[in-house]
Amino acid sequence: MTELLLPVDSYLVEPLPEIWFGLVMFALTMYIVLDGFDFGIGMLYATQDNDHDRETLLSAFGPVWDANEVWVIAFGTMTLAAFPDVYSRLLSEHYLLALGFVLALLFRGLGPELREQRDDERWQRYCDYSFIGGSLFAPLLFGMIAGRWVFDAATLSLPTLLTGIGLVAVSVVTGAAFLAAKTGPSLAGEMRDYGIIATLAYLGGVVALLAVVVVTDAGGHAGTVLSIPGAAIVVLSAGAGLGGIVLAGRGEYRAWLATALALPVLLSLLVALLLYPTIYPPTGLTVQEAVVSPLALNLTTVLGVPVLFVVLWYFKFLYGVFSGPLEGEGYGA
Amino acid sequence: MSVLAQSLAGGGIVLPILDGPLQLSPEIASRAQFGWTISVHILFAALSIGLAPFIVYFTWKSVRTDDERFERLRSFWIKVFAAGFVMGTVTGIPMSFQFGTNFPQFSSVAGEMIGGPLAFEAKMAFFLEAVFLGVLLFGRERVSDRTYVLSSVLVGFGAWLSGFWILVVNSWMQTPRGYEMVPEMVMGQQMEVAKLTDPIAAFFNPRMTWMYVHMINASVIAVALLVAGVSAYIVWKKRDSEAWNTALKFAVLILLVSAPLQAIHGDAYGRHVEDTQPQKFAAMEAHYETGTADLHLFAVPKSPDALTDPRAENLFTISLPRVGSFLASGGDFDAEVLGLNEYEENPPVALVFWSFRIMVGLGFLFIGLALWGGYLMYRDRLSDSTRYLKAMIVASPLGYAALLTGWYVTEIGRQPWVIQDELTTSEAVSSTLSGGEATLTLVGFLVIYGALVLVALYILRWLIQDELRELGVKESAGDRWYGPIPGVSDDD
Repeated sequence: MTELLLPVDSYLVEPLPEIWFGLVMFALTMYIVLDGFDFGIGMLYATQDNDHDRETLLSAFGPVWDANEVWVIAFGTMTLAAFPDVYSRLLSEHYLLALGFVLALLFRGLGPELREQRDDERWQRYCDYSFIGGSLFAPLLFGMIAGRWVFDAATLSLPTLLTGIGLVAVSVVTGAAFLAAKTGPSLAGEMRDYGIIATLAYLGGVVALLAVVVVTDAGGHAGTVLSIPGAAIVVLSAGAGLGGIVLAGRGEYRAWLATALALPVLLSLLVALLLYPTIYPPTGLTVQEAVVSPLALNLTTVLGVPVLFVVLWYFKFLYGVFSGPLEGEGYGA
Repeated sequence: MSVLAQSLAGGGIVLPILDGPLQLSPEIASRAQFGWTISVHILFAALSIGLAPFIVYFTWKSVRTDDERFERLRSFWIKVFAAGFVMGTVTGIPMSFQFGTNFPQFSSVAGEMIGGPLAFEAKMAFFLEAVFLGVLLFGRERVSDRTYVLSSVLVGFGAWLSGFWILVVNSWMQTPRGYEMVPEMVMGQQMEVAKLTDPIAAFFNPRMTWMYVHMINASVIAVALLVAGVSAYIVWKKRDSEAWNTALKFAVLILLVSAPLQAIHGDAYGRHVEDTQPQKFAAMEAHYETGTADLHLFAVPKSPDALTDPRAENLFTISLPRVGSFLASGGDFDAEVLGLNEYEENPPVALVFWSFRIMVGLGFLFIGLALWGGYLMYRDRLSDSTRYLKAMIVASPLGYAALLTGWYVTEIGRQPWVIQDELTTSEAVSSTLSGGEATLTLVGFLVIYGALVLVALYILRWLIQDELRELGVKESAGDRWYGPIPGVSDDD
């Protein structure tokens, strides 16, 4: 056997499994924040019938969506690397939802790319349907998987459906805020109106979801929802949502974007809070039970975690290059 | 309860249309689905890998010299690269999810071995490619020349690094090392799970470097043929197009290096396969009885039935007696080669046998085309030879055919194992998946991925048509191109 520098029989630091639970949740957060506003842009695209405005929306999304989408792969592969049994169960036990989600991603990604290839009006209309439909169904199905995972609920149950709808609503909020911060006054005003409606729908949905969870004790989470951290997340979400509405009303769109992005972060925190210390509630599997052996996790930590910081630097660079208002540059090379 | 509601509720689905014999078993449907999705995905993954050197070269030359030729080529091939990358991403995510959806036992048993490399692929390679592709596509006016060229290098590096980590995983499945099997509960079942004991041995397992060199070079060959074919078509239409004459020369130069390298490397790779996976080697030659092996240089079936004959007996062949032994042993005509009769269960031999023949046959064809092109270049007649231009147009998809058949030899040749000698494919398939669900998604993937291949071909066609329009070539009815392979006429 090759001489190893890493300890084989213990974790580099004792809470490494918990740190990896945090890292997996971090990747999930990055995904629902970054691809979330891409989905929002895709859904809001349906509200525009002017070709120039549609092009503006596409150019807001064009340079970054591919990089944003990689976070779902990071989430999946990090889960596989640290908690293989969870990855296996999460996907195999939600088979049609998972494949529906990835097919929605496929249609969402292809729509704008193919649209640019031809000037044919009918072709572009079908590509638009693909983009809009994919942008709606991807967060809906991803949210439903999360709902089933966290609440151990049936697919067509209220907790599952409300989680899916909640992710759709929060995506519209962040998409609207992102567009308001990036576009000119007339489009920004329109986005503000959609964003405010979506924020109210999201907050209403979260309240309804948590009420259902408390009443039915879905997944045994009633106590956690009513605990101090649970209540704190709810209060902070309400604060960020309502504060965002005020800021949007005042036309302070960049500040609105900051509060809007807090909503999916808080949603992700809620998921982490409800899961921990288990990581797969339907089986009662805990983080400690599901984690891989020390050598594998140590290695993934040493090789993978520094790279995460480099990745975050890339994103800073990417968003820096494409910062500033949009000028309707369209989508494509 | 409706069919949809019942299926969504996870109760297994009843599909009236696909009921009975049309409803496949979860294993067959999952294998077909994975095989099909990876076949399509690999086309786009190889496009990124193979196009990377072209993109870097054209971008560098275009930025450095402001030469219109290179700007034209950069702009054209970046559009192809971008379309391929989008297709690669959208086809790759469903494919990778199938480790969990269709083969969860595999993910759980091998998770500790494959999870790290797959996570490294996403973090080290895929992000790099995706982030800097955004800059490369949209950032020409927003970053400095140097950053722009660097972005092209990083995108290319990301594509090659991505291939590295994927092949760490795949080569480990071929020649697993650096682990021990430990009994554990996997998804409610007692199974042996692979635990990492030696990462260096696992990552750099015996197959890794063989596979990496062969696969990267195969991608370069496939794309060089594609670039050469597209260039030849445009040159054929407009002989004085300087940009496309340059692209054709560059592609032929790359072929001159890569095509012979593949044959030399492939020969040594074959010996390595015989050492490490003798069953696969035997399937490649349909060699049943242990003993000396002939080399079937050329084979044609006597009848359609003979095509699927697992023993590959009913063929017209040109065989070199004992040369199989010579190649397998590295110099001994009398060397004993293990036959398929030694094993209880074998891969689909006919499929492996023919895939191997097609791959090798095409490989030699590519060497011939490269040498022919090299000779014409030496005589400064590359774009004057209509015959050569036509040959390259017809050959443009063949690199992909070689790549796919090579991949089938590798993957189908390993059956019945998914992890060689450790886990069979049937043990790896989901136990919660119903035949209906698997058949439904298989049909969905067949239709959608099939449509994607057609769309990709049409995109390439549109780009070529635009390019011809820009070059001032008028399309006449006689020249109209109806399919992915242009109709070549003898009128000039």
